[in-house]
Amino acid sequence: MSNTTTYRTCPRSGLQFEAQAEKLMLVNAVVAVVFLLLGGILAIGVVLTRWPAVHWLEADTFYQVLTAHGIDMLIFWIIFFEVAVLYFCSSTLLRCRLATPRFAWLAFALMLVGGIMNNVAVFQGGSSVMMTSYVPMMASPWFYLGLILFAVGALIACFVFLGTLVIAKRDKTYQGSVPLVTFGAIVACIIAVFTITSGAIILIPTFFLSIGLIQHVDPLIYRTIWWAFGHSSQQINVAVHISIWYAIAAIVFNAKPMSERVSRGAFLLYILFLQLASAHHLLADPGVSTAWKVVNTSYFMYFAVLASMIHGLTIPGAIEVAQRQKGYTNGLFEWLRKAPWGNPVFSGMFISLIGFGFLGGISGVMMGTEQLNMIIHNTIYVPGHFHATVVVGTTLSFMALTYFLIPVLFKREMIAPGLARLQPYLFGFSMYFFCLVMMGAGTLGVSRRHWDMAFNGAVQAYEWPGAAYLMMGLVGISGVAAIAGGAIYIYVTVGSLLWGKRLDPGKQSATLTPIPPTPASTVVVQSYGSAGFAAPGTFVLAMVFLVAFVLYYFINWKYLSTVWGLS
Amino acid sequence: MSAILPPSERLWWKHPLDRVEGTWIVIALVWCLIMFAMMVGWHIYGKQNLSTETYKTTPELFMKKAQAVVDKYTVRTETDANIPVIAPPAGSDVYMIARLWNFWPIIEFEKGKSYRLHLTSLDYNHGFSLQPANINIQIVPGYEHVITVTPNQSGTYSVVCNEYCGINHHTMVGRIYVK
Repeated sequence: MSNTTTYRTCPRSGLQFEAQAEKLMLVNAVVAVVFLLLGGILAIGVVLTRWPAVHWLEADTFYQVLTAHGIDMLIFWIIFFEVAVLYFCSSTLLRCRLATPRFAWLAFALMLVGGIMNNVAVFQGGSSVMMTSYVPMMASPWFYLGLILFAVGALIACFVFLGTLVIAKRDKTYQGSVPLVTFGAIVACIIAVFTITSGAIILIPTFFLSIGLIQHVDPLIYRTIWWAFGHSSQQINVAVHISIWYAIAAIVFNAKPMSERVSRGAFLLYILFLQLASAHHLLADPGVSTAWKVVNTSYFMYFAVLASMIHGLTIPGAIEVAQRQKGYTNGLFEWLRKAPWGNPVFSGMFISLIGFGFLGGISGVMMGTEQLNMIIHNTIYVPGHFHATVVVGTTLSFMALTYFLIPVLFKREMIAPGLARLQPYLFGFSMYFFCLVMMGAGTLGVSRRHWDMAFNGAVQAYEWPGAAYLMMGLVGISGVAAIAGGAIYIYVTVGSLLWGKRLDPGKQSATLTPIPPTPASTVVVQSYGSAGFAAPGTFVLAMVFLVAFVLYYFINWKYLSTVWGLS
Repeated sequence: MSAILPPSERLWWKHPLDRVEGTWIVIALVWCLIMFAMMVGWHIYGKQNLSTETYKTTPELFMKKAQAVVDKYTVRTETDANIPVIAPPAGSDVYMIARLWNFWPIIEFEKGKSYRLHLTSLDYNHGFSLQPANINIQIVPGYEHVITVTPNQSGTYSVVCNEYCGINHHTMVGRIYVK
């Protein structure tokens, strides 16, 4: 098998692509973008219905569209793209062939069939159960079968990735440790195996329930195990998009991680503690003990939050060190001012990083605090939070990476570079605002997954305060702006793929070229910066983050202390 | 030299720690421990902690207990649907049913008094979202969740269902009065 493949060295990036891996990355990425397009079209329906002044769709259509939007975005778009990233981090970064390409194609086929099956089930009606599909509310058997097939495919892709690592090790394509980005991808893969297994444990019995093979699935057990799948799958995203941030810092700035030990240690904390977070979906549930909630929702004393706070420092820190080495040493922030803000690869990544930390990270800890959860659970604050993590964090990172991949992997010149330059700003900032106003409305209590905040037809309706209506109107406006930003991304990506000028694919070779040993670093990073700090500007940004975090944390406790006594 | 290449030193766990990173790790760790202590501490000093008292139940069993309380403490009925309004004595057990698509019955509490509120769902998952106080609790079928509530302000409160439960989810609103 290893003799039948070829290796292409990209003249623009120096990366080496193995033929099978390249094709697989391409198809997985393209299908991902198609699901993003579908999810984006559905987003129009969601946003224009929740915008009170528009209130577009009928209730049944709205719930159907919302179900499909959630699954297409959170599962299909993201995981297809992640499979492409896994192949990139193994085969391309380690310069070896992909293990068992036939299984990788099987994985792709299963995922595609599963994705289509699930969508068809939802659009046929009768499966508007939301992404969470809590029993005893039942969807059609095809709904669950689609998800199960997709999960099996994704699991196979994980093992193809792991097999590729073994091949690289065996063929000695690199020396020493794998690159940090590959290390992050390994962490994502380990989390993915755990996640998909949890999904199988609960979705298979639910599928049996839907075809009448078994009579009962306990609703609380379902919620507990489903979230080990539902939340952990978002942890895969975190590990992947943080790896992408490191990769983009390396690609754009040639930035070296400040300390491999710190960054990899932080990734290891993810493996150990990130999964516990699925508990924070059960904080408002009966039947789960306080100690269990506190230990798990804090990711065991917030060690996973610690890991994210570390990455949040080390990535901009690495960029700062690299920029200071290039001579941007004036003041605290010259390195940041002189960053290539016109390059969507960088701007997308940096907007993603800041938004993920400030909006997604801080709000996530609020919701995950056992008592504070009671003023947030199932309000629209929750989608406000996860649009900051999954859209600003994951999706925008994937978009930024795509702009790098268009010439490198797709071998096409990007069409409309001006639009591409604008895209991360339009998409990122309208998403920031979107998340903020959703959190605002959620703080006022507005429900998520709710067709009509005016409660039309209710016997004793509740009247939301005017501010809640205002916030939901702003959700509508910023949502439309964000959808426009997403449309530009799809236009640029698909357009480049179809009409972009073909670029020189580079030299083909029947044999691989191993990665030359990395020369020992000679410079001690501490010689740059000031006050003995290699990255003083980043440190100041981190302190700003901490102050925002602490203030907002205690504001929420203050709010909680004013509500009814509960014990 | 970069994150997409193997590190130059073979043993990555022996890499030196930069001072800016070391400082930040210490600060972040301290903050993490404070947040952890806050959650535990609120159980000791705080007044808003969600009870974990839970029993397995069935729709029939729960309905029977709820009906008994309604029979005993109903003071009037409201709306065309004649929903009973109950005014139970302080400290007593009060049952609230969530089902497609209403909450039953309407409850009248007294400000500053405590009540044992029992919640369950007769069918799907529902949400107990008390507005405008903004207290949100999950209601899971088959489980009877007992929460001691102490209203601290009088007024008319709505209980909005905030867990998606089907086509008429948006009409599922209950009521609690606090005198």
